[in-house]
Amino acid sequence: METGRGAELVFVQVAKQFGDQQVLRRIDLTVKPGEFIAIIGRSGCGKSTLLRLAAGLETPTSGMIQLDGQLLHGLNTAARVMFQDARLLPWRRVIDNVGLGLKGDWKEQAITVLEQVGLADRAKDWPSVLSGGQRQRVALARALISRPQLLLLDEPLGALDALTRIEMQRLIERLWREQRFTALLVTHDVDEAVMLADRVVLIEDGECALDLPVRLPRPRQRGDAAFADLVDTILRRILSTESDEKVIAASSMSEKRRAL
Amino acid sequence: MKESKKVKWIHEKVVPWGLPIVLLVAWQGAVEAGWLSSRVLPAPTDVVAAAWDLLEKGELWQHLSISFGRALIGFAIGGSLGFVLGLLNGVFRPAERLLDTSIQMIRNIPHLAMIPLVILWFGIGEEAKVFLVAIGVLFPIYVNTLHGIRNVDAGLLEMGRVYGLRPWQLFWRIWLPGALSSILVGLRYALGIMWLTLIVAETIAADRGIGYLAMNAREFMQTDVVVFSILLYALFGKLADSIARFLEKRWLRWNVNYQNR
Ligand SMILES: Nc1ncnc2c1ncn2[C@@H]1O[C@H](COP(=O)(O)OP(=O)(O)O)[C@@H](O)[C@H]1O
Ligand SMILES: [Mg+2]
Repeated sequence: METGRGAELVFVQVAKQFGDQQVLRRIDLTVKPGEFIAIIGRSGCGKSTLLRLAAGLETPTSGMIQLDGQLLHGLNTAARVMFQDARLLPWRRVIDNVGLGLKGDWKEQAITVLEQVGLADRAKDWPSVLSGGQRQRVALARALISRPQLLLLDEPLGALDALTRIEMQRLIERLWREQRFTALLVTHDVDEAVMLADRVVLIEDGECALDLPVRLPRPRQRGDAAFADLVDTILRRILSTESDEKVIAASSMSEKRRAL
Repeated sequence: MKESKKVKWIHEKVVPWGLPIVLLVAWQGAVEAGWLSSRVLPAPTDVVAAAWDLLEKGELWQHLSISFGRALIGFAIGGSLGFVLGLLNGVFRPAERLLDTSIQMIRNIPHLAMIPLVILWFGIGEEAKVFLVAIGVLFPIYVNTLHGIRNVDAGLLEMGRVYGLRPWQLFWRIWLPGALSSILVGLRYALGIMWLTLIVAETIAADRGIGYLAMNAREFMQTDVVVFSILLYALFGKLADSIARFLEKRWLRWNVNYQNR
């Protein structure tokens, strides 16, 4: 697998308003090439909006978004999106869903990515006969076949059962490590954020209220004390009205504790 | 195993035909016994004989092809117009705002009520029949196409855009297949209306076609020909329905609701 293809994504004072509703006030966020960022926050805080901005599906009301130093305008062709509902075309077989929009001879490549997500034997099936987890794996294959520099994931595992979700997290991590795309994952599951991300970003009141590096070695273990500490810290931060400083202090505390 | 398979086959393929056959036999018996005047209802064998006679004289083929031609041309004109309008108004909101209210207003006129006007316009020539069929077919196709397009999953369309589909690819891969089941409902309904319109139009004003055949036979008290004409319409109705079913089965294979039907 080739490496180092991830895009750099920079939000500069991005604000987004829908009518009178100010959803994002001021987002400043730099995502380094190949970095895995998890975005968390209360429901309705604007996580999906942030992702849609990065995909070029929405335009910022003010501020700008840069992709590898270039101002993003219009659809972001370097990006692929995975949605919570897999959004497979029900009238196309699995393999044709994976090859959607591709030109030339893509069949072989489609089989390869289906192998990577463990579904090569389902290539000829209709999406309707797949389970939720399998559908998301097809959606992942479809996202990755064009080798995107940026993968945007909007709660892609939110509707899956716990076991399938853990399997999918491992799969996403593995493929990310192999292919080194930049990843932006929106999730409501703090466990998942800590499991996968290099940095966890909390959105609150339309701003990045917290930007916390996760320095645990991979593959990460849920049972790990440091892991649990970090999850706990973030959860308490989301639920409380504590000031940012205290949280940063708490988080570095937990990191120290892990180091000991 | 083999025995039970045979029993199942009999249940599925033979049993449904039992009642019609019994009725047919009873009908034949009633006419032969003189309980039923052949003026009212000729015996099945007489109907078959009348059909054979028409076939031999070459008349049948002539009337059939005329009726068929009218149906097809009217359907092609009305159907494609309704389809295009439905697509246009479904995909482009401004077009819908401009056209939909007018179309819905015209739709409320029962198209058969226009027969006197249509005769004034076109006489009893081919145009009159084709026009009526076209008008009758247009609206069910239009309404169902529009409904289908409007109900295409917006999430899929958004996904298509993110995955780099161009507008015409969006149309062929998402808009059209997404609307297809609804369009086929419209098609089925339109095929029914097509025959109905043709029956009425040919019966009231025609000098050729199956409807004319029936009306002409009525004047000469040929009840057997009348009954045969009615059966012909029924046959064509069934044929049209089978075509619609076949298309559904073929084009909606992906949809669990249409599998194994
Ligand atoms: N296209 C839109 N038009 C109007 N309001 C929108 C639109 N998209 C999102 N919103 C509003 O913006 C807010 C944030 O939405 P979203 O980004 O989906 O939240 P989250 O993904 O964090 O749950 C919500 O209040 C939602 O109603
Ligand atoms: Mg959301």
